[in-house]
Amino acid sequence: MTIKKLDGKVPGGSIQDSWNNHRFKLKLVNPANKRKYRVIVVGTGLAGASAAASLSELGYNVDVFCIQDSARRAHSIAAQGGINAAKNYTNDGDSIWRLFYDTVKGGDFRAREANVYRLAQVSVNIIDQCVAQGVPFARDYGGYLSNRSFGGAQVSRTFYARGQTGQQLLLGAYSALMKEAAHGKVKLHTRSEMVNLVMVNGKARGIIVRDVVTGEFSKHVADAVILATGGYGNVFYLSTNAKASNASSIWRAYKKGAFFGNPCYTQIHPTCIPVHGDNQSKLTLMSESLRNDGRVWVPSKVGDKRPPNEVTEAERDYYLERIYPSFGNLVPRDVASRNAKFQADQKKGVGPSGMAVYLDFRDAIKRDGLNVVKEKYGNLFDMYERITAENPYQVPMRIYPASHYTMGGLWVDYNLMSNLEGLFVLGEANFSDHGANRLGASALMQGLADGYFVIPYTIGGYFADYKPDGLKTDHPEFEKALHESSERFQRLLKIQGKRTVDDFHKALGKIMWDDVGMSRNAKGLQHALKEIPAIREEFWRDVRIPGSGSEVNVELEKAGRLADFLELGELMALDALERPESCGGHFREESQTKDNEAMRDDEKFCHVAAWEWQGEGTKPIRNVEELKFEHVKLAQRSYK
Amino acid sequence: MSDQHNMRLSLKIWRQANSLSKGQMVDYELDGVSPDVSFLEMMDQLNDKLIKEGKDPVAFDHDCREGICGMCGVVINGQAHGPEKETTTCQLHMRKFKNGDTIVIEPFRAKPFPVLKDLMVNRSAFDEIIKAGGFITVSTGQAPDAHTLLVPKGDAELSMDAAQCIGCGACVASCKNASAMLFTSAKISHLGLLPQGQAEAKTRVLSMVEKMDELGFGNCTNEAECEANCPKNISISNIARMNRQYLCSAATHPTM
Repeated sequence: MTIKKLDGKVPGGSIQDSWNNHRFKLKLVNPANKRKYRVIVVGTGLAGASAAASLSELGYNVDVFCIQDSARRAHSIAAQGGINAAKNYTNDGDSIWRLFYDTVKGGDFRAREANVYRLAQVSVNIIDQCVAQGVPFARDYGGYLSNRSFGGAQVSRTFYARGQTGQQLLLGAYSALMKEAAHGKVKLHTRSEMVNLVMVNGKARGIIVRDVVTGEFSKHVADAVILATGGYGNVFYLSTNAKASNASSIWRAYKKGAFFGNPCYTQIHPTCIPVHGDNQSKLTLMSESLRNDGRVWVPSKVGDKRPPNEVTEAERDYYLERIYPSFGNLVPRDVASRNAKFQADQKKGVGPSGMAVYLDFRDAIKRDGLNVVKEKYGNLFDMYERITAENPYQVPMRIYPASHYTMGGLWVDYNLMSNLEGLFVLGEANFSDHGANRLGASALMQGLADGYFVIPYTIGGYFADYKPDGLKTDHPEFEKALHESSERFQRLLKIQGKRTVDDFHKALGKIMWDDVGMSRNAKGLQHALKEIPAIREEFWRDVRIPGSGSEVNVELEKAGRLADFLELGELMALDALERPESCGGHFREESQTKDNEAMRDDEKFCHVAAWEWQGEGTKPIRNVEELKFEHVKLAQRSYK
Repeated sequence: MSDQHNMRLSLKIWRQANSLSKGQMVDYELDGVSPDVSFLEMMDQLNDKLIKEGKDPVAFDHDCREGICGMCGVVINGQAHGPEKETTTCQLHMRKFKNGDTIVIEPFRAKPFPVLKDLMVNRSAFDEIIKAGGFITVSTGQAPDAHTLLVPKGDAELSMDAAQCIGCGACVASCKNASAMLFTSAKISHLGLLPQGQAEAKTRVLSMVEKMDELGFGNCTNEAECEANCPKNISISNIARMNRQYLCSAATHPTM
């Protein structure tokens, strides 16, 4: 076994010109020939829907797959706060360079510079495109677009549509997709779950799909496969992800040889509604735009259980404002999350569980008036009240961190192609642009950048050197992959044990949260590496799945996904163990400054870890891609 | 919340093996339901119990559980999404019920929404309506700078009010005619109130309404049940706007 040095295929020359030069150098596919190519897109979130629509517009034939009943339901829809773009409409000093700089720094110097620069460049086109599609962004009285500031940024570059920006952007991409479906160039396959990747002669050539209504398996062939299936935050069981969000597509690809980049980089979002009890099925995020006006605090005294409104000003610790005077409540997510955990660990947490801190709007209401606060955050306040039965206009919200986003994902080069030829990975499913921590309002930006403005060019570059060969699904590799998948589901059904799928998922989630969560250390990670295989072994011996494989069987679907999480969780722990530095969302207790801030080790770890599957029972290989910082100087982040 | 507040509930749930078989109401008893859990978490609890008893769990659609994806939706005691106003099933909490309550749970019923299993229905008819014209024809890359089109704040807000529709189908399930006019008109208003949507405004309303009729959805008879049960508070004034646009377009559009 040899460790590979990976090449991100970053074009040379100045970073400002690299994308333009690269686009020019990419070979083109003649418009008449585009119709000879077929592309599979898995996932219909921002990245998948925008890619599928854009590729169809160019003339390619596109097959799109999603597990929900409609392409409009992908979890991008739940993003509340907004989307960043370097428009500088507010005249406050923003620029492509500043968005690039903020994103590299926010990612704690663990992203590829050239990718991030391109992201900042195309961000301006995204807003134009979305407005043209009819996305009803917030407007000022003059009819111009309105902007706000968002976590980790000192400029107002975030565009928003009330608290439903993700929904509106997704409905925009979905409408573009339906427009193409109406023209017959896109074929939609809903309630369809990808269960295997098909490799033929070293190239990704198709997928195996399970219809979740009938349980039937089907084979689909194409000239390239695009995975845009989102992140793997549900490995923690409780997360802000949708219940069906899963890692199975990227995990199937990993087991066919695609490298998994930085699996330990996960983001714990600081502003979620705290856990209410054992039957909790998911966590709800409150947009961090709330931190623009809300003030985070805990009682100064340990164990102070008085109602918040009885705690006087002098008895409150506005700890973010105290520790980080220049960023205050707007520090990046990882910093805000760790500080909340720190307060709870000090027994200063609030609410019945003590696992919460206050987010208080009293001063904002006093300053701006109730109506202004209502206009900005009304729907978020309503949502909070619906869930907790408390009125945040009168008492401070209680918030606590929760698993939210995964920066890690399949490794891709500058063209968004994985190490497997013909397999492209977009959006949260890839590892690329956010480094070790993602800034607020940047996920929507990246998903749409990848789908609207990167893949349409780079897939052409791939196809220019590739000739459609008329491959059919009767090729033995398709049969083999289908057999592999149906066997796996049959094996699950045969177990007929005693414990439910959720039971196992909760057990995995607890280990992941305790040992591979916000704060990690060698001892905990080794514990996780021992425990996860034990749960996995028990799962395959004792899980109970009722019903059969040839009908709607939600437990079977869940079991298939959990089986993958039970493997991925172990890789996350291994990756975290073998990165003894702290960076962004990955906080190793052994590597911190005396002020408890994350401390990187750029000498040894200024690289991407890209894990390579070696078969059951064998430790995967940790390949590396060195990261060079030529434009943003490597420096310890400071938000003080 | 402590266990002493936990509730015991009688559930009457529609069970149907698949779209071809006949369904029926089945009774279940469920104990130990915390008032803090969501309605779907209560259903999870029931399913957990059923699985452990070796029975078939109840199938229901859901995904984000934050009230935004539009995937969930059942009829609870005769009301789509249940008793709380402007709330999806997933955001309805059990504190809205009392210990000892009987809760009747049925799928969203409408001819164009066939039942797939138990409480799961097929709503792909909504995709078909959008496919008929619920978009602005602009390809990636064609867009001018976003500020070349000014949108008065009032129009942007009205458009956003309509754009909030999550496509759950509660409007159809609530309507005695199984009309999809609230859903269709919300999309027509969202796009039609914006300057970007003007070029296709006439063809959009004509083709979307035609598709809606073709799929077997009924007509609006002004009962306003749809608005009352809409989790996103979409107003029936959108239906009036759609009807007006439809009339004007049908009268003036050259191809009709």
